Amino acid sequence: MTVFALTPTPATGLQVYAWLLIALPLGVAALLLVGGKRTDSWGHFLATLAPIASFGLALAYFIDLLAVTPDQRAIVVPVYTWIASSAWQISVSLLLDPLSMVFVLLVTGVGSLIHLYSLGYMAHDPNRRRFFAYLNLFVAAMLILVLADNYLVLFVGWEGVGLASFLLISFWQERPSAAAAGKKAFIVNRVGDLGLIIAIFTMLAMFGSSSFSSVNAGADQLTSFWAGLLGFLLLLGACGKSAQVPLQTWLLDAMEGPTPVSALIHAATMVTAGVYLVVRSGAIYAQAPAAQLAVAIVGTVTLLVGAWIGCAKDDIKKVLAGSTMSQIGYMMLAAGIGPAGYAFAIFHLLTHGFFKANMFLGAGSVMHATGDDVDMRHYGALRRALPITFVTFAAGYLAIIGFPFFSGFYSKDHIIEAAFEHQPALGLLALIGAGVTAFYMTRLMALTFFGQSRWRPGVHPHESPATMWIPLVLLALGSFGGGMVLNGWIGRWLAPIGALAPENASWAPHFTPIGWATLAVVAAGVALGWLLFGRRPVPDQAPTAVSPLTRWGRRDLYVDSLYDAALVRPGLGLAQAVALVDQRAVDGAVEGSAHLTQSVGRQLGRLQNGYVRSYGLTMLIGLLAVGVALILGQLV
Amino acid sequence: MTDLYLVLAVILFSVGLVGFLIRRNALIIFMSIELMLNASNLVLVSMSHVHGVLDGQVAAFFVMVVAAAEVVIGLSIIVTIFRARRSTSVDNEILLKG
Amino acid sequence: MTGLTSLTGLGLTPLLTGVEVTFWVCAVAAIAGAIGVVTSSKPVYSALSLALVMLALAVIYASLEAGFLFAVQIIVYTGAVLMLFLFVIMLVGVSSREALVDTLRGHRLAACLAGVGLVVLLALAVGQAVTAPAVGLADATAVAGGNVEGLAQLVFHRYVVAFEATAALLITAAVAAMVLAHPKRLKPKPDQSLRLRRRVEAYAEQGVHPGAKPSSGVFARHNSVATPALLPDGSVAPESISDTVASRVQVADPSQLALPLAQTLAAIEGRPGSGPVDSEDSDDSDDDLAEDLVDDPAEDAAEDPRPGPAEDSAEDLTDGSAEDPATPASPTVPDPPLTPDSPLSPDPAGPDQEGGSDD
Repeated sequence: MTVFALTPTPATGLQVYAWLLIALPLGVAALLLVGGKRTDSWGHFLATLAPIASFGLALAYFIDLLAVTPDQRAIVVPVYTWIASSAWQISVSLLLDPLSMVFVLLVTGVGSLIHLYSLGYMAHDPNRRRFFAYLNLFVAAMLILVLADNYLVLFVGWEGVGLASFLLISFWQERPSAAAAGKKAFIVNRVGDLGLIIAIFTMLAMFGSSSFSSVNAGADQLTSFWAGLLGFLLLLGACGKSAQVPLQTWLLDAMEGPTPVSALIHAATMVTAGVYLVVRSGAIYAQAPAAQLAVAIVGTVTLLVGAWIGCAKDDIKKVLAGSTMSQIGYMMLAAGIGPAGYAFAIFHLLTHGFFKANMFLGAGSVMHATGDDVDMRHYGALRRALPITFVTFAAGYLAIIGFPFFSGFYSKDHIIEAAFEHQPALGLLALIGAGVTAFYMTRLMALTFFGQSRWRPGVHPHESPATMWIPLVLLALGSFGGGMVLNGWIGRWLAPIGALAPENASWAPHFTPIGWATLAVVAAGVALGWLLFGRRPVPDQAPTAVSPLTRWGRRDLYVDSLYDAALVRPGLGLAQAVALVDQRAVDGAVEGSAHLTQSVGRQLGRLQNGYVRSYGLTMLIGLLAVGVALILGQLV
Repeated sequence: MTDLYLVLAVILFSVGLVGFLIRRNALIIFMSIELMLNASNLVLVSMSHVHGVLDGQVAAFFVMVVAAAEVVIGLSIIVTIFRARRSTSVDNEILLKG
Repeated sequence: MTGLTSLTGLGLTPLLTGVEVTFWVCAVAAIAGAIGVVTSSKPVYSALSLALVMLALAVIYASLEAGFLFAVQIIVYTGAVLMLFLFVIMLVGVSSREALVDTLRGHRLAACLAGVGLVVLLALAVGQAVTAPAVGLADATAVAGGNVEGLAQLVFHRYVVAFEATAALLITAAVAAMVLAHPKRLKPKPDQSLRLRRRVEAYAEQGVHPGAKPSSGVFARHNSVATPALLPDGSVAPESISDTVASRVQVADPSQLALPLAQTLAAIEGRPGSGPVDSEDSDDSDDDLAEDLVDDPAEDAAEDPRPGPAEDSAEDLTDGSAEDPATPASPTVPDPPLTPDSPLSPDPAGPDQEGGSDD
């Protein structure tokens, strides 16, 4: 039996101050939001320092964990008792273990770089202070999410990142499209949250506790029905947060937010929370093979859908968003494989965090240079104007297509291989996805940095300031070397929480038949992309005579239209019907009774004419009625 | 026989009550009230006779005293109202109407 | 009363006892009176009908061996209360009638129906109230020694607290009646200083004499308020006569009043031996004066062409030293409304005249 969690040991020494990880960004966010305009001049510097400080603290704790033996790498830090009832004792406690530590480092590390980048990117925004406050709020919520030692506190962080995501997507709230996108993300996420919260209720009912240790300990006593139910509910939550099919629609619209937000929240960290949730709940999925298979299928479908959409879009950020969906699909596929895939899922999550943040920030740099234009058909030949951006973006590009020795090469190949071992059909689809990924990323590169200049009049591209390109360089280094560094280590590191260490865990690339096949597919994709977009002049306007595949891709596979027809319109109709019922029936009843009361009152008021003798007559009639009643009562 | 006294009292009382209800002159209304008081006195006296005790007569006596005091006050009020409104009709000012 | 009871006490059972006769007669009278109270259009008739009801009830009380109440009913109710009603009716207007049509539609009919309903209901109720024959009060009164004594025993023993309370009630009612009946002053009562200030203001603005008005004239034989005072020049001081007296032409002519004195003085000075004749003359002249006083100016104008009594008197004073000028503002000038056929023609100066002469 796989052990999915270590028995946590209580915190000792400075470990009890682990809550500072969260408190620093949270306090700064509160300070900036409450402090108002007084903090306008220096608030963003403070806000940048907060995640850096958290990163430093996280590094210290990470080293702390490295120093002990693997079976002791779980430390619980109690903060306070949240709910103390006879049935449930729910405490707010932080769990420092290999999995959460990886996430903390990713969130604070990438977060720090993106804060740094935002110093330059948002330098001229009038609401810069609010932006940084929201970013810090996001970092704090994300840390709560990954540091929680039970599902209920995790849910607090889960909702916190949802809130921060909503606030940041609609940060430019004066744009109707941004406001609508934030609303859409919020509502679609609620669907997923429903699954998660019902799962938490179920856990409280089944185990009497929602802590990871209790759930892990009690999971193997679950019947297959309850385990499957929990598995599907958690998958629903993960789909919502990680933009997996069928709840993927919000992520493309979320690109309305500022580009650093897209990099941090909608590429590197928040959208991977679903993967974290699935990996965290490994004990449950171990009892629920059907749910596990569903995770893998969802991941596979999403990786193909995301890649498809990425091929068809002209908006650079939407291409990247599609690729994000696709890469998270890979992670879900890995997580759906089971303990054998957990380490690969987290591995790919980390490398993806590097190279996707890298590419998003690079895209931001391109937009910065071209006057916030996002249409790749208006770019072209930017490699000379933006040399640093080009080089760093290229590192990200090579990483995502799985070019040998770049980080994606290690992580994605592992997933494809594991998928082939687990289920050849899934592996084949993942392999096709890798080829498509290579195709659309090559298209992106060709349209943006090569070919002829198609700049709009008045656009004079220039390289970004240092605060923007320094993070790019650092992330490019991560994109290049992250895979090599982590490849041999991540499996062992995550082994204590249930991930099976890959047998071929070494820094050296291994070349299996599947690996070669992957490389071949990727090369084919690159070649096709280059032939189609790199060698031929690119039309300035998007061609209309395109294949149905492209048309579907441009319309996000018509999922929005489907949801609009299947859910939104019926919902609106229902709301209108309810409003009509309210107006006619409820209001009619209320107003009718009011009118009735009024008219009865008016009639009765006629009796109150002010004449004493009239009142006397009324009294006499009442007296007679009472007397008659008494006599009749005697008779009966 | 005794029932006849009661019936007489009932008739007098009812006539007084009807007078109270249909007349608008405050003085006549007052007289109707006196009529009702007398009807009740008749019941007291006749019941005293029926039961053979004098308490009923004492009660009637007290009723008379109270009626006398009431008449004094009531007529004073009527005079005051008349002085203010130059009328003894109870309809002239509908003071009870909100 | 006692005779009737003794008759039944003898064991005889007459067809119709006196009590029953009394009852039927009085019952009819009482009901008729009650209907009269309610239906009379004038309050006076209602009050008199109420008196009939109360008298009939008093008789019924007497027939029910309630002698004291019989008296009290007549004295207090018929005597005092009803008279009070009549006083108030006189005060507020005897002839006030009600409009025949009630302002409340259907109210009168409904009230009558309800009254009939009440009669039926109560008659049904009291029809079963008494089942035993009347005990009678003979025993009760015999113990105390009489109806009044029996009542007195009860009132002063068992019901003494209630009795005292009614006493307090009556006192309170009397005080309350006085308070209610007392009219409220519309203006504050003028005090001495205010009156004096007004007087001086009147003098300042209109030249009204601020001092006391001259008192009426005083003569040897006349000091009534109808006698005007004379100013030093012999003319009449108009302020010395009340306006009321002046408007009724009851003012004596001062020259006529002064005439006997002048004649006496003349006699003393000029003819010392003609005293008795003078006195007779003075009597005659007195009569003339009275005639002149009562005579209407219209008659005067018809009888003789003399312009007015002032000249007449001046002419009569042939040997008077003081030649009176015509006094047009004399109060003796009559008001036009006093026509010859006016009923107001008594001798107003009569009581003032010692001779008591009349027309």
